[in-house]
Amino acid sequence: MSDFDAIIVGSGCAGAIAAYELAQAGKSVLVVERGNYAGAKNMTGGRLYTHALKQVFPNFEDEAPLERRITHERISMMTPDSNFTIDFSSDDMLVSGQDSYSVLRGSLDGWLADKAEAAGADYIFGIPVEELVKDGNRVVGIKAGEDEMTADVVILCDGANSLLTKEAVGFERPRGSAMAVGVKQVIELPASVIEDRLLANEGEGAAWLFVGDATKGHVGGGFVYTNKESVSLGIVATISDLASADTPIYQMLEDMKAHPAIAPLIKGGKVVEHSGHMVPEGGRDMMPPLVGDGVILAGESAMMCVNLGYMVRGMDYAIAAGMHAGRSAVAALDAGDTSAAGLGGYVKALEESFVLKDLEQFKRFPHFMESTTRIFNEYPAFVRNAMNTLFIVDGTPVAPLKKSMMPHVKNIGIINLLKDVWKGMKAL
Amino acid sequence: MSDIKITVNVDEYLALNKFEVDEEQAHIELVENPDMAEFLKLVRVCPAALYKVDAEGKTSFDYAGCLECGTCRIACGDTIIKKWSFPGSTMGIEYRYG
Ligand SMILES: Cc1cc2nc3c(=O)[nH]c(=O)nc-3n(C[C@H](O)[C@H](O)[C@H](O)COP(=O)(O)OP(=O)(O)OC[C@H]3O[C@@H](n4cnc5c(N)ncnc54)[C@H](O)[C@@H]3O)c2cc1C
Ligand code: SF4
Repeated sequence: MSDFDAIIVGSGCAGAIAAYELAQAGKSVLVVERGNYAGAKNMTGGRLYTHALKQVFPNFEDEAPLERRITHERISMMTPDSNFTIDFSSDDMLVSGQDSYSVLRGSLDGWLADKAEAAGADYIFGIPVEELVKDGNRVVGIKAGEDEMTADVVILCDGANSLLTKEAVGFERPRGSAMAVGVKQVIELPASVIEDRLLANEGEGAAWLFVGDATKGHVGGGFVYTNKESVSLGIVATISDLASADTPIYQMLEDMKAHPAIAPLIKGGKVVEHSGHMVPEGGRDMMPPLVGDGVILAGESAMMCVNLGYMVRGMDYAIAAGMHAGRSAVAALDAGDTSAAGLGGYVKALEESFVLKDLEQFKRFPHFMESTTRIFNEYPAFVRNAMNTLFIVDGTPVAPLKKSMMPHVKNIGIINLLKDVWKGMKAL
Repeated sequence: MSDIKITVNVDEYLALNKFEVDEEQAHIELVENPDMAEFLKLVRVCPAALYKVDAEGKTSFDYAGCLECGTCRIACGDTIIKKWSFPGSTMGIEYRYG
């Protein structure tokens, strides 16, 4: 007889939702979270696509601690001396379930954990799970501090830096080419200043990504998300590539804040937090097995995240995976079989959902980015040169556009350009 | 530090964070006399700037401002990082915003 029906390691997006589903179904659930409160160890960019949360909490809009509804998508190509921005907004971004909000994890994770606790889940905070308890190949419990506790199923929702997946399913530590590091600062500004500077309505805001100079031409990008009374500003860079850069990531962040395209946005703002976190970006091929005997992996412990440069997604995958993990665990417990085969419903549910379909779809993208470094160097410079040709007027007689643009295109090479566009389309 | 340019003082930013430092034990340990090329990788990737090389080329590492991201573990887990674990119970970084 186990101490609990289910033990969940980690109360981030995936863990709290899995706990909520199990507790709702009347199962005994223990959540062990190493932070002193949910969110204490977590950081995100952040923007939450709401569709997955809506499936679990249809009325989340009335309750969840959301920051601003994202109504502006901005993408910039940046060189040290220029910045080219696309700003997109559309009414379709305003439809519930296909909209997105900026979030901060301190408040979001607290709310999610409260939901799980209210449904009946037990919580232990402030203690990391150090080891799994195993009986042969089967995971039967956890060790945390002095205590050992058993469960019929253990769900690992311990995130991108999981120290337990090797023991659970034999997953080796991922390589630096499959992982990125993120650094971020939260910078406080009055709500009205944010709205004025971003041309946003009250309660609305922007998701803004920067490619090029933010990472000094290295694989990755910069981001700005507007919160209610702060902006989240940061950089994500692939670890293996960053390891040979001339500039450390924290210096990239400082230089990005001083860039003429960004400095006015945060002028007068006060930095209140400096954070770091990893982002898995290896795609479907880098994922561990999703179940083992007595164990399920959900969220970033299973590398469920995509980084496309113009969008980072992980929270909606983690929420959906947490939901399926919880529901499939309930079914397996009811059937009395929590072996890998008994938990197979989880894998099947994910395969049928957007989670694994997306990860499969984008699996070539990380390689495309890494092998197409022109995106981070030559293309921002090309755009700058082309835009200078278009917009700068100095009294010199104007040449036909085709003629004045050609040298810029030739710098990159038409063949390269066509190849990269073709490769990029194939990878998406 | 040869070719790596640093003007920012990250320690000032870390001072804004809330930490409960585990004075009893270091949760990350390096090997003795770490290889310089490997160490310089950590100088570049650690978001908290905890891996430092001074003007004389002397290396230092302080786990006290660690953000527990695990990046050094991924970058150098099989070279110069000897131990990587989470800080003890209730210790370490405590994000208020995240
Ligand atoms: C810089 C950056 C920008 C991002 N931007 C976005 C974005 O805009 N949109 C988006 O959707 N996603 C984004 N992501 C990804 C997103 O944050 C993650 O995909 C998501 O948080 C994963 O959720 P999770 O539940 O799997 O893991 P987490 O939220 O990381 O939760 C893991 C939990 O497990 C706990 N834990 C870990 N180990 C143990 C242990 N041994 N014992 C006990 N507890 C443990 C941790 O304390 C934590 O609470 C971004 C990530 C980063 C780093
Ligand atoms: S875990 Fe992250 S913050 Fe801590 S020392 Fe390693 S790289 Fe730096």
